[in-house]
Amino acid sequence: MSTAIHDIGYRHYDGPRLGRGQTLRALYTHNLRALFGLGRGAKAKIIPFALAAFLLLPALADVAIKAIVKEAQFLIPMAAYGYGFQPLIAIFLAALAPVVASREIRYRSVPLYFSRPVGPWDFVAAKFGAFATALVLLVGVPVTVMYVGFLLTRSSLIEAAQQGGGFGSVEDIPTVAGITGDWALALLGVVLLALVLSSFALLVAAFTPRRGFGVAAVIALYLISNVVVGIVQGISQDRGAWDVAAWMNLFTPFNLVYSVQVALFDAESEPLIAVPDTAMGLTGLLLCVLVVAGSLAALHARYRKAGA
Amino acid sequence: MPIISTRDLTMRFPGVTALESLSVTVEPGVTGLVGANGAGKSTLIKILLGLQPPTSGGAEVLGNDITTGGAEIRRRVGFMPEYECLPPDVSATEFVVHMARMSGLPASAARERAADVLRHVGLYEERYRPIGGYSTGMRQKVKLAQALVHDPQLVFLDEPTNGLDPRGRDEMLDLIRRVGAEFGISVLVTSHLLGELERVCDHVVIIDGGRLLRSSAVASFTEASGNLVVEVEEGRDALGAHLAERGLTVQAEGRTLVVRIDGETTFDIIRDGVVDLDLALIRMEQARHHIEEVFQR
Repeated sequence: MSTAIHDIGYRHYDGPRLGRGQTLRALYTHNLRALFGLGRGAKAKIIPFALAAFLLLPALADVAIKAIVKEAQFLIPMAAYGYGFQPLIAIFLAALAPVVASREIRYRSVPLYFSRPVGPWDFVAAKFGAFATALVLLVGVPVTVMYVGFLLTRSSLIEAAQQGGGFGSVEDIPTVAGITGDWALALLGVVLLALVLSSFALLVAAFTPRRGFGVAAVIALYLISNVVVGIVQGISQDRGAWDVAAWMNLFTPFNLVYSVQVALFDAESEPLIAVPDTAMGLTGLLLCVLVVAGSLAALHARYRKAGA
Repeated sequence: MPIISTRDLTMRFPGVTALESLSVTVEPGVTGLVGANGAGKSTLIKILLGLQPPTSGGAEVLGNDITTGGAEIRRRVGFMPEYECLPPDVSATEFVVHMARMSGLPASAARERAADVLRHVGLYEERYRPIGGYSTGMRQKVKLAQALVHDPQLVFLDEPTNGLDPRGRDEMLDLIRRVGAEFGISVLVTSHLLGELERVCDHVVIIDGGRLLRSSAVASFTEASGNLVVEVEEGRDALGAHLAERGLTVQAEGRTLVVRIDGETTFDIIRDGVVDLDLALIRMEQARHHIEEVFQR
């Protein structure tokens, strides 16, 4: 028998074992932390936090303008925030989808999960949930900052408008109830954007296990779909085919979501070249549901294969 | 009560039959699963984990049916895969803690168990460094640790000595013996090398081409063969001829003679022969079967 103090024998574990829900939550938290590089080196934090900062800056600027210049108009409409800053979001998708989607596939550690009380659907749910949460935070926080900024400055904006001086009229300044409704609809749009983009980006990244390819694939899909849709919309508008141009919105992810927001959630149509009608909005929403469901089903199949 | 029992387990892939009506029971303790590469060992583990439904037949692990009780099985077993499966950019501690959480341990218990189990497998200061810088031997220890961290009742170890140098191999075999004996965790360990399993297993199951070749206690593989091994310093052939003249069945094997034991007198005849020929006797012992002979027969 060794006399060394550290050499105590094997001890069995008879403490609690948590259920599936709590394990799923632990996996979700693990993925969310990995996305923002928490618990990793400083390098892993640069991209997510830099992008979050860039996305927050315009919202802060908007609040500053309201507070100092007393301009009641939003710098960018709350509902169009994600659509307007889509390049930043696309970079976030490309850089970080591979971190969540293909890490375990790349290192072949999926079977270690599936030999535990974690199944393929848990895996998909945790990753999809974490990525969607990150996107909601990324866009939802700036939108909420603008909303809160408006609420805090509203009385001074009204005062400034009453004194005249080219700030527009008091009637143009939204009521608290009105702006709260706008904010809620904008957040609904943010959630829809997050669900569609995260499921699709994860899918692309999961099928390109080499990290570099995953980044390239997500960016390429974003750029190519935008360019193709842009060209077709340009041509069809030249020929007066407005309907075709509007339908084309459904073929690139950001336009798809924003079309639904315009047609169904009362978002401003200005950012879009061709304005969708309600039918297109409903079709778009259905398409969103199909993209999410299809992507998740394919992700499930991908992980099941990697875990066998 | 057996911890594993299979009934007519058959697994067919397009073009390949991995398992062919395999019926075998495994009792608690350390059991070796031996077969050539491609004999169906890894497939059997996947089926027993409830991750792959068999083509036909059934099995029970720890009293749970693999088709209906897969989740319960996976709560109570550990699995160490054959291949490289560790992320290089996290430390062993972080990784094993995470795996403990995935087995349902609360955060604080996961940290405690991970520290314990890493110490037991022999990873100390290095467990705080990223796994990417580890040697093969250290990686195998991390793989073993993640299979044990949730204190399972049974662990499946798939080729744990693969790729290890002789010292690493000895360490791993020693660990496996301790898991069975000291930790009280049953082990099903696969290998394509019979010899090394002989050292750590109570029981060995041999499969070949997906069929059961033999399942028995290690002791029965190595029981006395009914032959005597006789070694003399010089004059092996003279002694051989001498014994044959007296009616014994003798065979030369290397520097020794193998003599069939026909009865008590066999020993006397050999003793007298050595004395008569004035030879120097080095050893005379019961020949034991070597486990590998199973394949030669």
